[in-house]
Amino acid sequence: MNEKYLYSLIAVIALFLVAYVGVEALGLQWLFGIIIPCLAIITFIVGFVMRVNDWARSPVPFRIPSTCGQQKSLPWIKHSKIDNPFSTGGVIIRMILEILLFRSLFRNTKCNMNEGARISYVWEKWLWLFSLAFHYSFLVVLVRHLRFFLEPVPVCFQILDKIDGFLQIGLPGVLISGVVLLAAVIFLLLRRIIISQVRYFSLAADFFPLFLIIGIAVSGIMMRYFIKVDIVGVKELTMGLVTFHPHIPEGIGAVFYVHVFFVSVLLAYFPFSKLMHLAGIFLSPTRNLPNNNRAYRHINPWNPKVKVHTYEEYEDDFREKMIEAGLPVDKEL
Amino acid sequence: MYDKNKIVVGLVIFVAIVTFPFWYNLGKASSAPEPKLSEKAKAAKECVVPKKDMKQEHMQILDLWRDTVVRDANRIYKTGKGKTFNMSLSTGEDSCMGCHENKAEFCDKCHNYASVDPYCWDCHIAPKEKKPEENK
Repeated sequence: MNEKYLYSLIAVIALFLVAYVGVEALGLQWLFGIIIPCLAIITFIVGFVMRVNDWARSPVPFRIPSTCGQQKSLPWIKHSKIDNPFSTGGVIIRMILEILLFRSLFRNTKCNMNEGARISYVWEKWLWLFSLAFHYSFLVVLVRHLRFFLEPVPVCFQILDKIDGFLQIGLPGVLISGVVLLAAVIFLLLRRIIISQVRYFSLAADFFPLFLIIGIAVSGIMMRYFIKVDIVGVKELTMGLVTFHPHIPEGIGAVFYVHVFFVSVLLAYFPFSKLMHLAGIFLSPTRNLPNNNRAYRHINPWNPKVKVHTYEEYEDDFREKMIEAGLPVDKEL
Repeated sequence: MYDKNKIVVGLVIFVAIVTFPFWYNLGKASSAPEPKLSEKAKAAKECVVPKKDMKQEHMQILDLWRDTVVRDANRIYKTGKGKTFNMSLSTGEDSCMGCHENKAEFCDKCHNYASVDPYCWDCHIAPKEKKPEENK
Protein backbone atom coordinates (compact mmCIF):
# COMPACT_ATOMS: atom_id res chain seq x y z
CA MET A 1 0.00 0.00 0.00
CA ASN A 2 1.01 3.55 -0.66
CA GLU A 3 0.46 6.11 2.06
CA LYS A 4 -0.50 8.80 -0.45
CA TYR A 5 -3.68 7.13 -1.61
CA LEU A 6 -4.28 5.47 1.71
CA TYR A 7 -4.42 8.84 3.48
CA SER A 8 -6.76 10.24 0.85
CA LEU A 9 -9.04 7.24 1.09
CA ILE A 10 -9.07 7.43 4.89
CA ALA A 11 -9.85 11.15 4.68
CA VAL A 12 -12.87 10.51 2.46
CA ILE A 13 -14.10 7.67 4.70
CA ALA A 14 -13.71 9.99 7.70
CA LEU A 15 -15.74 12.67 5.91
CA PHE A 16 -18.45 10.11 5.23
CA LEU A 17 -18.53 9.10 8.89
CA VAL A 18 -18.62 12.73 10.05
CA ALA A 19 -21.70 13.44 7.95
CA TYR A 20 -23.39 10.11 8.61
CA VAL A 21 -22.91 10.15 12.36
CA GLY A 22 -23.67 13.88 12.50
CA VAL A 23 -27.04 13.36 10.86
CA GLU A 24 -28.08 9.90 12.07
CA ALA A 25 -26.87 10.03 15.66
CA LEU A 26 -26.64 13.72 16.51
CA GLY A 27 -29.43 15.09 14.33
CA LEU A 28 -27.31 17.93 12.93
CA GLN A 29 -29.35 18.24 9.71
CA TRP A 30 -29.19 22.05 9.80
CA LEU A 31 -25.39 21.94 10.00
CA PHE A 32 -24.89 19.56 7.07
CA GLY A 33 -27.87 20.74 5.05
CA ILE A 34 -27.63 24.51 5.46
CA ILE A 35 -24.56 25.97 7.20
CA ILE A 36 -21.82 23.87 5.60
CA PRO A 37 -23.19 24.17 2.02
CA CYS A 38 -23.51 27.97 2.43
CA LEU A 39 -19.96 28.32 3.77
CA ALA A 40 -18.71 26.02 1.01
CA ILE A 41 -20.21 28.02 -1.83
CA ILE A 42 -18.89 31.29 -0.36
CA THR A 43 -15.42 29.76 0.01
CA PHE A 44 -15.63 28.46 -3.54
CA ILE A 45 -16.54 31.78 -5.16
CA VAL A 46 -14.31 34.03 -3.04
CA GLY A 47 -11.38 31.62 -3.14
CA PHE A 48 -11.72 31.16 -6.88
CA VAL A 49 -11.75 34.90 -7.58
CA MET A 50 -8.80 35.50 -5.26
CA ARG A 51 -6.76 32.75 -6.84
CA VAL A 52 -7.39 34.08 -10.34
CA ASN A 53 -6.60 37.58 -9.13
CA ASP A 54 -3.32 36.29 -7.75
CA TRP A 55 -2.43 34.73 -11.10
CA ALA A 56 -3.45 37.84 -12.99
CA ARG A 57 -1.00 39.89 -10.93
CA SER A 58 1.92 37.67 -11.88
CA PRO A 59 3.74 39.17 -14.86
CA VAL A 60 4.60 37.09 -17.89
CA PRO A 61 7.80 38.87 -18.92
CA PHE A 62 8.31 37.01 -22.16
CA ARG A 63 6.07 35.03 -24.47
CA ILE A 64 6.49 31.37 -23.59
CA PRO A 65 4.03 29.48 -25.81
CA SER A 66 4.71 25.78 -26.17
CA THR A 67 5.30 25.32 -29.84
CA CYS A 68 3.82 22.21 -31.36
CA GLY A 69 4.44 23.03 -35.00
CA GLN A 70 6.42 25.18 -37.40
CA GLN A 71 6.46 28.81 -36.38
CA LYS A 72 5.69 31.61 -38.82
CA SER A 73 8.85 32.16 -40.80
CA LEU A 74 9.79 32.69 -44.43
CA PRO A 75 6.86 32.67 -46.85
CA TRP A 76 7.85 29.37 -48.47
CA ILE A 77 7.99 27.51 -45.13
CA LYS A 78 4.58 26.21 -44.20
CA HIS A 79 3.36 27.82 -41.00
CA SER A 80 1.39 25.72 -38.52
CA LYS A 81 -1.29 28.25 -37.67
CA ILE A 82 -2.98 26.49 -34.74
CA ASP A 83 -0.08 24.61 -33.19
CA ASN A 84 2.20 27.60 -33.31
CA PRO A 85 -0.18 30.55 -33.52
CA PHE A 86 1.04 33.93 -34.63
CA SER A 87 -2.19 35.89 -34.34
CA THR A 88 -4.93 36.22 -31.74
CA GLY A 89 -7.27 34.26 -34.05
CA GLY A 90 -4.90 31.30 -34.02
CA VAL A 91 -4.65 31.49 -30.25
CA ILE A 92 -8.42 31.51 -29.88
CA ILE A 93 -8.77 28.38 -32.04
CA ARG A 94 -5.93 26.73 -30.15
CA MET A 95 -7.55 27.55 -26.79
CA ILE A 96 -10.99 26.36 -27.89
CA LEU A 97 -9.58 23.04 -29.06
CA GLU A 98 -7.56 22.71 -25.88
CA ILE A 99 -10.44 23.53 -23.53
CA LEU A 100 -13.18 21.61 -25.30
CA LEU A 101 -11.24 18.66 -26.73
CA PHE A 102 -8.10 18.39 -24.56
CA ARG A 103 -5.88 18.50 -27.61
CA SER A 104 -2.59 18.36 -25.70
CA LEU A 105 -3.69 15.16 -23.94
CA PHE A 106 -4.46 13.69 -27.34
CA ARG A 107 -0.77 13.95 -28.11
CA ASN A 108 0.02 11.70 -25.19
CA THR A 109 2.48 8.97 -26.15
CA LYS A 110 3.89 5.99 -24.37
CA CYS A 111 7.50 4.93 -24.52
CA ASN A 112 8.09 1.22 -25.16
CA MET A 113 11.16 -0.94 -25.57
CA ASN A 114 10.62 -3.14 -28.59
CA GLU A 115 12.66 -6.20 -29.52
CA GLY A 116 15.29 -5.73 -26.88
CA ALA A 117 16.82 -2.28 -27.00
CA ARG A 118 14.73 -0.59 -29.69
CA ILE A 119 12.77 2.31 -28.34
CA SER A 120 9.38 3.18 -29.79
CA TYR A 121 6.72 5.74 -29.02
CA VAL A 122 3.14 4.56 -29.35
CA TRP A 123 -0.12 6.44 -29.26
CA GLU A 124 -1.75 6.27 -25.88
CA LYS A 125 -5.31 7.55 -26.17
CA TRP A 126 -6.94 6.05 -23.09
CA LEU A 127 -6.05 8.92 -20.79
CA TRP A 128 -7.44 11.41 -23.31
CA LEU A 129 -10.59 9.37 -23.88
CA PHE A 130 -11.38 8.84 -20.22
CA SER A 131 -10.60 12.37 -19.12
CA LEU A 132 -12.83 13.67 -21.89
CA ALA A 133 -15.57 11.26 -20.81
CA PHE A 134 -15.03 12.22 -17.18
CA HIS A 135 -15.18 15.98 -17.69
CA TYR A 136 -18.17 15.95 -20.01
CA SER A 137 -20.20 13.51 -17.93
CA PHE A 138 -19.39 15.57 -14.83
CA LEU A 139 -20.63 18.65 -16.65
CA VAL A 140 -23.87 16.91 -17.64
CA VAL A 141 -24.37 15.64 -14.09
CA LEU A 142 -23.79 19.14 -12.76
CA VAL A 143 -26.21 20.74 -15.20
CA ARG A 144 -28.82 18.04 -14.53
CA HIS A 145 -28.69 18.91 -10.84
CA LEU A 146 -30.01 22.37 -11.65
CA ARG A 147 -33.47 20.79 -11.60
CA PHE A 148 -33.14 20.90 -7.82
CA PHE A 149 -32.23 24.57 -7.81
CA LEU A 150 -34.64 26.09 -10.32
CA GLU A 151 -38.39 26.44 -10.08
CA PRO A 152 -39.96 26.16 -12.59
CA VAL A 153 -37.37 24.00 -14.33
CA PRO A 154 -36.59 25.44 -17.78
CA VAL A 155 -37.37 23.18 -20.74
CA CYS A 156 -33.73 22.81 -21.82
CA PHE A 157 -32.90 21.01 -18.57
CA GLN A 158 -35.87 18.69 -19.01
CA ILE A 159 -34.66 17.86 -22.51
CA LEU A 160 -31.18 17.15 -21.17
CA ASP A 161 -32.71 14.73 -18.65
CA LYS A 162 -34.60 13.00 -21.43
CA ILE A 163 -31.50 12.61 -23.60
CA ASP A 164 -29.43 11.42 -20.66
CA GLY A 165 -32.01 8.78 -19.77
CA PHE A 166 -32.98 7.73 -23.27
CA LEU A 167 -31.94 4.12 -22.69
CA GLN A 168 -35.00 3.75 -20.41
CA ILE A 169 -33.45 0.96 -18.36
CA GLY A 170 -35.31 0.30 -15.13
CA LEU A 171 -37.15 2.79 -13.00
CA PRO A 172 -35.95 5.37 -12.14
CA GLY A 173 -34.31 5.22 -15.54
CA VAL A 174 -30.54 4.84 -15.73
CA LEU A 175 -28.84 8.11 -16.61
CA ILE A 176 -25.85 7.57 -18.86
CA SER A 177 -23.84 10.47 -17.47
CA GLY A 178 -23.80 9.03 -13.95
CA VAL A 179 -22.54 5.65 -15.11
CA VAL A 180 -19.90 7.18 -17.40
CA LEU A 181 -18.76 9.55 -14.65
CA LEU A 182 -18.20 6.74 -12.17
CA ALA A 183 -16.51 4.46 -14.72
CA ALA A 184 -14.20 7.24 -15.94
CA VAL A 185 -13.20 8.43 -12.47
CA ILE A 186 -12.42 4.86 -11.44
CA PHE A 187 -10.26 4.49 -14.56
CA LEU A 188 -8.41 7.69 -13.69
CA LEU A 189 -7.85 6.42 -10.16
CA LEU A 190 -6.68 2.97 -11.24
CA ARG A 191 -4.32 4.57 -13.74
CA ARG A 192 -2.61 6.38 -10.88
CA ILE A 193 -2.50 3.29 -8.69
CA ILE A 194 -1.52 0.61 -11.19
CA ILE A 195 1.02 2.29 -13.51
CA SER A 196 4.12 2.46 -11.33
CA GLN A 197 5.60 5.60 -12.92
CA VAL A 198 2.33 7.48 -12.54
CA ARG A 199 1.96 6.24 -8.98
CA TYR A 200 5.46 7.53 -8.21
CA PHE A 201 4.63 11.11 -9.09
CA SER A 202 1.05 11.08 -7.77
CA LEU A 203 0.50 12.91 -4.52
CA ALA A 204 -2.22 12.84 -1.92
CA ALA A 205 -3.55 15.99 -3.60
CA ASP A 206 -4.15 13.91 -6.74
CA PHE A 207 -5.87 11.05 -4.99
CA PHE A 208 -8.06 13.02 -2.61
CA PRO A 209 -10.26 14.69 -5.28
CA LEU A 210 -10.59 11.39 -7.11
CA PHE A 211 -11.77 9.57 -4.00
CA LEU A 212 -14.02 12.48 -3.14
CA ILE A 213 -15.63 12.47 -6.58
CA ILE A 214 -16.06 8.70 -6.36
CA GLY A 215 -17.79 9.31 -3.01
CA ILE A 216 -20.05 11.91 -4.57
CA ALA A 217 -20.92 9.70 -7.53
CA VAL A 218 -21.53 6.62 -5.40
CA SER A 219 -23.71 8.45 -2.88
CA GLY A 220 -25.69 10.05 -5.71
CA ILE A 221 -26.18 6.75 -7.53
CA MET A 222 -27.18 5.05 -4.26
CA MET A 223 -29.76 7.75 -3.67
CA ARG A 224 -31.26 7.49 -7.12
CA TYR A 225 -31.37 3.75 -7.63
CA PHE A 226 -31.00 1.95 -4.31
CA ILE A 227 -31.57 3.62 -0.94
CA LYS A 228 -34.27 6.05 -1.95
CA VAL A 229 -34.70 9.50 -0.50
CA ASP A 230 -37.71 11.76 -0.64
CA ILE A 231 -36.96 13.82 -3.77
CA VAL A 232 -39.65 16.41 -3.14
CA GLY A 233 -38.20 16.98 0.32
CA VAL A 234 -34.72 17.29 -1.19
CA LYS A 235 -35.90 19.93 -3.63
CA GLU A 236 -37.65 21.76 -0.81
CA LEU A 237 -34.31 21.96 1.00
CA THR A 238 -32.25 23.00 -2.02
CA MET A 239 -34.84 25.57 -3.10
CA GLY A 240 -34.74 26.93 0.44
CA LEU A 241 -31.00 27.46 0.06
CA VAL A 242 -31.16 29.30 -3.27
CA THR A 243 -34.10 31.49 -2.27
CA PHE A 244 -32.43 32.40 1.07
CA HIS A 245 -35.23 30.81 3.11
CA PRO A 246 -33.36 27.78 4.38
CA HIS A 247 -35.27 25.11 6.17
CA ILE A 248 -34.93 21.39 6.76
CA PRO A 249 -37.86 19.21 5.69
CA GLU A 250 -38.56 16.09 7.71
CA GLY A 251 -37.53 12.62 6.70
CA ILE A 252 -34.70 12.98 4.19
CA GLY A 253 -32.30 10.04 4.48
CA ALA A 254 -28.76 10.45 5.82
CA VAL A 255 -27.29 9.48 2.45
CA PHE A 256 -28.49 12.81 1.07
CA TYR A 257 -26.60 14.73 3.74
CA VAL A 258 -23.50 12.64 3.06
CA HIS A 259 -23.80 13.55 -0.64
CA VAL A 260 -24.23 17.24 0.14
CA PHE A 261 -21.34 17.17 2.60
CA PHE A 262 -19.03 15.58 0.02
CA VAL A 263 -20.01 18.21 -2.55
CA SER A 264 -19.50 20.98 0.00
CA VAL A 265 -16.02 19.67 0.82
CA LEU A 266 -15.20 19.52 -2.88
CA LEU A 267 -16.39 23.10 -3.41
CA ALA A 268 -14.52 24.45 -0.42
CA TYR A 269 -11.37 22.52 -1.35
CA PHE A 270 -11.54 23.60 -4.99
CA PRO A 271 -9.80 27.01 -4.88
CA PHE A 272 -6.86 25.63 -2.91
CA SER A 273 -6.28 22.58 -5.07
CA LYS A 274 -5.17 21.40 -8.48
CA LEU A 275 -8.83 21.48 -9.47
CA MET A 276 -8.20 25.15 -10.19
CA HIS A 277 -7.10 23.99 -13.63
CA LEU A 278 -10.70 24.98 -14.44
CA ALA A 279 -9.51 28.59 -14.42
CA GLY A 280 -5.87 27.80 -15.00
CA ILE A 281 -6.43 26.44 -18.47
CA PHE A 282 -7.60 29.88 -19.57
CA LEU A 283 -4.61 31.54 -17.98
CA SER A 284 -1.82 29.21 -19.03
CA PRO A 285 0.83 31.37 -20.72
CA THR A 286 2.16 28.40 -22.66
CA ARG A 287 -1.13 28.23 -24.54
CA ASN A 288 -2.78 31.62 -24.55
CA LEU A 289 -0.05 33.71 -26.12
CA PRO A 290 0.76 34.03 -29.82
CA ASN A 291 4.30 33.05 -30.67
CA ASN A 292 5.46 36.39 -32.08
CA ASN A 293 8.60 36.99 -30.07
CA ARG A 294 10.68 37.51 -33.19
CA ALA A 295 8.24 39.89 -34.85
CA TYR A 296 7.34 42.19 -31.98
CA ARG A 297 9.21 43.62 -29.06
CA HIS A 298 7.85 42.60 -25.66
CA ILE A 299 9.06 44.65 -22.77
CA ASN A 300 9.64 42.98 -19.49
CA PRO A 301 7.19 44.58 -17.04
CA TRP A 302 9.67 44.59 -14.14
CA ASN A 303 12.52 46.14 -16.04
CA PRO A 304 13.95 48.96 -13.90
CA LYS A 305 13.94 52.42 -15.41
CA VAL A 306 17.52 52.80 -16.69
CA LYS A 307 18.78 56.28 -17.50
CA VAL A 308 20.27 56.01 -20.98
CA HIS A 309 22.33 58.39 -23.01
CA THR A 310 21.65 57.76 -26.70
CA TYR A 311 24.01 58.40 -29.57
CA GLU A 312 21.85 61.32 -30.75
CA GLU A 313 22.22 62.97 -27.37
CA TYR A 314 25.95 62.27 -27.42
CA GLU A 315 26.24 63.90 -30.82
CA ASP A 316 24.25 66.91 -29.61
CA ASP A 317 26.75 67.30 -26.78
CA PHE A 318 29.90 67.06 -28.92
CA ARG A 319 28.81 68.03 -32.46
CA GLU A 320 31.04 71.07 -32.85
CA LYS A 321 34.07 69.26 -31.50
CA MET A 322 33.42 66.29 -33.75
CA ILE A 323 33.19 68.46 -36.88
CA GLU A 324 36.35 70.27 -35.85
CA ALA A 325 38.18 66.96 -35.56
CA GLY A 326 36.78 65.85 -38.93
CA LEU A 327 34.58 63.10 -37.58
CA PRO A 328 31.40 62.27 -39.53
CA VAL A 329 28.14 63.36 -37.89
CA ASP A 330 24.52 62.43 -38.58
CA LYS A 331 23.24 65.96 -38.34
CA GLU A 332 25.24 68.90 -39.59
CA LEU A 333 25.42 72.14 -37.67
CA MET B 1 -3.22 43.26 -12.95
CA TYR B 2 -2.17 42.15 -16.43
CA ASP B 3 -4.83 41.70 -19.14
CA LYS B 4 -7.25 43.19 -16.65
CA ASN B 5 -10.22 43.57 -19.00
CA LYS B 6 -10.22 40.00 -20.25
CA ILE B 7 -9.76 38.49 -16.81
CA VAL B 8 -12.43 40.63 -15.17
CA VAL B 9 -14.91 39.73 -17.93
CA GLY B 10 -14.06 36.05 -17.48
CA LEU B 11 -14.52 36.24 -13.72
CA VAL B 12 -17.84 38.06 -14.06
CA ILE B 13 -19.10 35.36 -16.44
CA PHE B 14 -17.91 32.67 -14.03
CA VAL B 15 -19.61 34.22 -10.99
CA ALA B 16 -22.80 34.80 -13.00
CA ILE B 17 -22.92 31.13 -14.01
CA VAL B 18 -22.18 29.85 -10.51
CA THR B 19 -24.83 32.08 -8.93
CA PHE B 20 -27.36 31.41 -11.69
CA PRO B 21 -29.83 29.56 -9.40
CA PHE B 22 -29.81 32.47 -6.96
CA TRP B 23 -30.81 35.15 -9.42
CA TYR B 24 -33.08 32.88 -11.45
CA ASN B 25 -35.21 32.25 -8.37
CA LEU B 26 -35.03 35.81 -7.13
CA GLY B 27 -38.35 36.98 -5.73
CA LYS B 28 -40.03 33.61 -6.14
CA ALA B 29 -41.42 31.97 -3.06
CA SER B 30 -40.71 28.29 -2.87
CA SER B 31 -43.05 25.85 -1.31
CA ALA B 32 -43.09 22.13 -1.89
CA PRO B 33 -46.31 20.85 -3.43
CA GLU B 34 -48.61 18.58 -1.51
CA PRO B 35 -50.33 15.97 -3.67
CA LYS B 36 -54.09 16.19 -3.24
CA LEU B 37 -55.71 12.95 -2.22
CA SER B 38 -59.07 12.12 -3.74
CA GLU B 39 -62.06 11.46 -1.45
CA LYS B 40 -61.79 7.80 -2.24
CA ALA B 41 -58.11 7.63 -1.33
CA LYS B 42 -58.78 9.54 1.90
CA ALA B 43 -61.51 7.07 2.81
CA ALA B 44 -59.25 4.07 2.13
CA LYS B 45 -56.66 5.57 4.52
CA GLU B 46 -53.82 3.34 3.36
CA CYS B 47 -52.10 2.52 0.11
CA VAL B 48 -50.49 -0.76 -0.94
CA VAL B 49 -47.45 0.05 1.20
CA PRO B 50 -46.95 2.72 3.90
CA LYS B 51 -46.94 6.33 2.72
CA LYS B 52 -43.21 6.95 3.32
CA ASP B 53 -42.18 3.95 1.22
CA MET B 54 -44.75 4.82 -1.41
CA LYS B 55 -43.33 8.33 -1.67
CA GLN B 56 -39.81 7.03 -2.28
CA GLU B 57 -40.33 3.74 -4.06
CA HIS B 58 -43.59 3.86 -6.02
CA MET B 59 -41.73 3.87 -9.34
CA GLN B 60 -40.00 0.62 -8.54
CA ILE B 61 -43.23 -0.95 -7.34
CA LEU B 62 -44.91 0.04 -10.60
CA ASP B 63 -41.98 -1.32 -12.60
CA LEU B 64 -42.13 -4.60 -10.70
CA TRP B 65 -45.90 -4.80 -11.16
CA ARG B 66 -45.61 -4.25 -14.87
CA ASP B 67 -43.14 -7.12 -15.18
CA THR B 68 -45.24 -9.39 -12.97
CA VAL B 69 -48.37 -8.75 -15.00
CA VAL B 70 -46.79 -8.91 -18.43
CA ARG B 71 -44.43 -11.81 -17.84
CA ASP B 72 -46.23 -13.94 -15.24
CA ALA B 73 -49.84 -12.92 -15.92
CA ASN B 74 -50.24 -12.39 -12.19
CA ARG B 75 -52.59 -9.47 -11.60
CA ILE B 76 -53.24 -9.76 -7.88
CA TYR B 77 -51.13 -7.94 -5.31
CA LYS B 78 -51.49 -8.91 -1.68
CA THR B 79 -50.43 -6.36 0.93
CA GLY B 80 -48.78 -7.24 4.21
CA LYS B 81 -52.18 -6.92 5.86
CA GLY B 82 -53.78 -9.41 3.50
CA LYS B 83 -55.68 -6.89 1.39
CA THR B 84 -55.66 -7.53 -2.34
CA PHE B 85 -55.25 -5.02 -5.14
CA ASN B 86 -55.41 -5.19 -8.89
CA MET B 87 -51.89 -4.72 -10.24
CA SER B 88 -52.81 -2.11 -12.78
CA LEU B 89 -52.07 1.54 -13.27
CA SER B 90 -55.34 2.67 -14.77
CA THR B 91 -57.79 -0.21 -15.25
CA GLY B 92 -60.55 -0.91 -12.78
CA GLU B 93 -61.69 0.34 -9.41
CA ASP B 94 -58.84 -1.10 -7.34
CA SER B 95 -56.03 0.00 -9.67
CA CYS B 96 -53.77 2.97 -8.85
CA MET B 97 -55.77 5.52 -10.77
CA GLY B 98 -59.02 3.90 -9.66
CA CYS B 99 -58.36 5.39 -6.25
CA HIS B 100 -56.11 8.34 -7.10
CA GLU B 101 -58.53 9.63 -9.68
CA ASN B 102 -56.93 12.92 -10.57
CA LYS B 103 -53.61 12.71 -12.39
CA ALA B 104 -53.01 16.46 -12.40
CA GLU B 105 -53.63 16.82 -8.67
CA PHE B 106 -51.94 13.63 -7.56
CA CYS B 107 -49.17 12.56 -9.94
CA ASP B 108 -48.19 15.70 -11.78
CA LYS B 109 -47.83 18.00 -8.81
CA CYS B 110 -44.68 16.39 -7.45
CA HIS B 111 -43.43 15.16 -10.82
CA ASN B 112 -43.51 18.67 -12.22
CA TYR B 113 -41.87 20.10 -9.12
CA ALA B 114 -39.03 17.59 -9.27
CA SER B 115 -38.91 17.81 -13.08
CA VAL B 116 -39.61 14.12 -13.52
CA ASP B 117 -41.34 13.03 -16.67
CA PRO B 118 -42.32 9.36 -16.31
CA TYR B 119 -43.23 7.50 -19.46
CA CYS B 120 -46.36 5.87 -17.93
CA TRP B 121 -48.67 7.90 -20.14
CA ASP B 122 -46.86 7.04 -23.34
CA CYS B 123 -48.92 3.83 -23.30
CA HIS B 124 -51.59 4.27 -20.63
CA ILE B 125 -54.51 6.59 -21.05
CA ALA B 126 -54.84 9.04 -18.21
CA PRO B 127 -58.23 8.93 -16.46
CA LYS B 128 -60.59 11.71 -17.48
CA GLU B 129 -60.33 14.65 -15.13
CA LYS B 130 -63.53 15.31 -13.23
CA LYS B 131 -63.11 19.07 -13.38
CA PRO B 132 -61.60 20.02 -16.73
CA GLU B 133 -61.16 23.69 -15.81
CA GLU B 134 -58.77 22.67 -13.06
CA ASN B 135 -56.24 21.31 -15.54
CA LYS B 136 -52.84 22.87 -15.35
